[in-house]
Amino acid sequence: MDARSIREQFPILHQEVNGHPLVYLDSSATSHKPIKVLEAVDAYYRNDNSNVHRGVHTLGTRATDKYEGAREKVQQFINARSTKEVIFTRGTTTAINTVAHSYARANLEPGDEVIITPMEHHSNIIPWQQAVKATGATLKYFELNEDGTLNMEDVKKSIGPQTKIVALTHISNVLGTINPIKEIVELAHRQNAVVLVDGAQGAPHVKVDVQDIDCDFYCFSGHKMCGPTGIGVLYGKQELLENMEPVEFGGEMIDFVHLYDSTWKELPWKFEGGTPIIAGAIGLGAAIDFLTEIGLDKIEAHDQKLTAYAMERMSEIEGLTIYGPSKDKRSAVVTFNIDGVHPHDTATALDTEGIAVRAGHHCAQPLMRWLDVTATARASMYVYNTEDDIDKLVSGLAKTKEFFGNVF
Amino acid sequence: MSFNNLDTLYRQVIMDHYKHPRNRGKLEEDALVVDMNNPTCGDRIQLQIQVEDGKVKDAKFEGEGCSISMSSASMMTQAIKGKSVEDALRMSQLFSDMMLGKEIDPGSLEMGDVEALQGVAKFPARIKCATLAWKAMEQGVEKK
Repeated sequence: MDARSIREQFPILHQEVNGHPLVYLDSSATSHKPIKVLEAVDAYYRNDNSNVHRGVHTLGTRATDKYEGAREKVQQFINARSTKEVIFTRGTTTAINTVAHSYARANLEPGDEVIITPMEHHSNIIPWQQAVKATGATLKYFELNEDGTLNMEDVKKSIGPQTKIVALTHISNVLGTINPIKEIVELAHRQNAVVLVDGAQGAPHVKVDVQDIDCDFYCFSGHKMCGPTGIGVLYGKQELLENMEPVEFGGEMIDFVHLYDSTWKELPWKFEGGTPIIAGAIGLGAAIDFLTEIGLDKIEAHDQKLTAYAMERMSEIEGLTIYGPSKDKRSAVVTFNIDGVHPHDTATALDTEGIAVRAGHHCAQPLMRWLDVTATARASMYVYNTEDDIDKLVSGLAKTKEFFGNVF
Repeated sequence: MSFNNLDTLYRQVIMDHYKHPRNRGKLEEDALVVDMNNPTCGDRIQLQIQVEDGKVKDAKFEGEGCSISMSSASMMTQAIKGKSVEDALRMSQLFSDMMLGKEIDPGSLEMGDVEALQGVAKFPARIKCATLAWKAMEQGVEKK
């Protein structure tokens, strides 16, 4: 894989920010979009724009074909059994909320447990807090090891007959920890618990095969994997989805509407109330083509190599702390702090050099408390990043440290 | 390449307030207490104000955050102490205007070190850091 030729396909990367060539290291927040994706969305609006599943006219058919074609691409991308198992949503958050509203509220009762981890993004915490409040069930957390990996002994101990749902992230957006999803699914299934995987950071970076993992739900967003914002996917096993009530009611999702009652369309459409995110789905389809052409295995290898390089170079800076596991257990995220410099100040200093990193709590306040920090800075990488980006980051960090060292 | 822009943001006086915050701590007597945070970044402040006869008798703060938010809290408490509530609120308005990049005329109000934060206006992502303490103060005196 040649990151340099891949870079050429991302127009946004070829600009100066604050007088410096842009170094974008915030792909865990959102990734950039290759020309292929921009053109797919543009072509849809220019040539085919119409509502789907309605019109008899030609444009309506074209729009429907493209929208449903995107669903087939998603199905192949994650190896779902059928397109009935692929529901388009607004993003990972909406996908998780759909399960927490529909499945959880119908299946939880007092005495039941939902177990999550301390490394979850807020979007995989709050829906469960709300679901247990509504049903009288209990929310529990697995323990973490000191390096920010899951404590598997605790996982084995915690999952029991009272466990009904296990929800966890595939890859931590802060620590980069890659969780042993398959093993956890096996443990949960032995106790008849269902497993929801937050794949927001997983789907962009590693090959996902939902049949192999055997998880019950897998949720991810288009915008973190080179697709547009506003589109995401809820994968669910067909037999579970068949028995779930829709969460949004309206057009598109109905079969017959009577005065006082209605029936729903079959899967996947019963979960897609209203005019769907047509352009978003088509853009996601193009992003999947883009990633598949490169190859997820190559992307993973690139991420690993770059992360190892970043961790090695950043460790050279005295007074810089890197959080999370060793390089072989993590994805393309390096979260850090410089002694005595608040991460906001670090991020502002880097920004003046054209370097974009995230600073703050990364929507993971419980994890920040576990790390015993109020905030951190985070550099996250993707297919278009190179070692040159890391070199610029490291020299920016050295300057930042010097600047704040001098003013103090 | 220099960090020239950074110098305008992080002036010596700001760093001095960050390193040696004024009025940091808790008031011993009864005071109005306001907790405020910036949910997008995790900065948080607890402000304690004592108001007597329409005047800010004392003010102290505790909290965690970046150099901008903490130095701003330090400067703000210094500036409003001994002022009437009315003047404190006028200063807050002036500070908001300053953050929007407007020319401000403090007139007879002594803003003190607060004006050192002028450079923040050029860093839109950091304006919320600077205004956190002032927002807390507004909420505090309005509670009264």
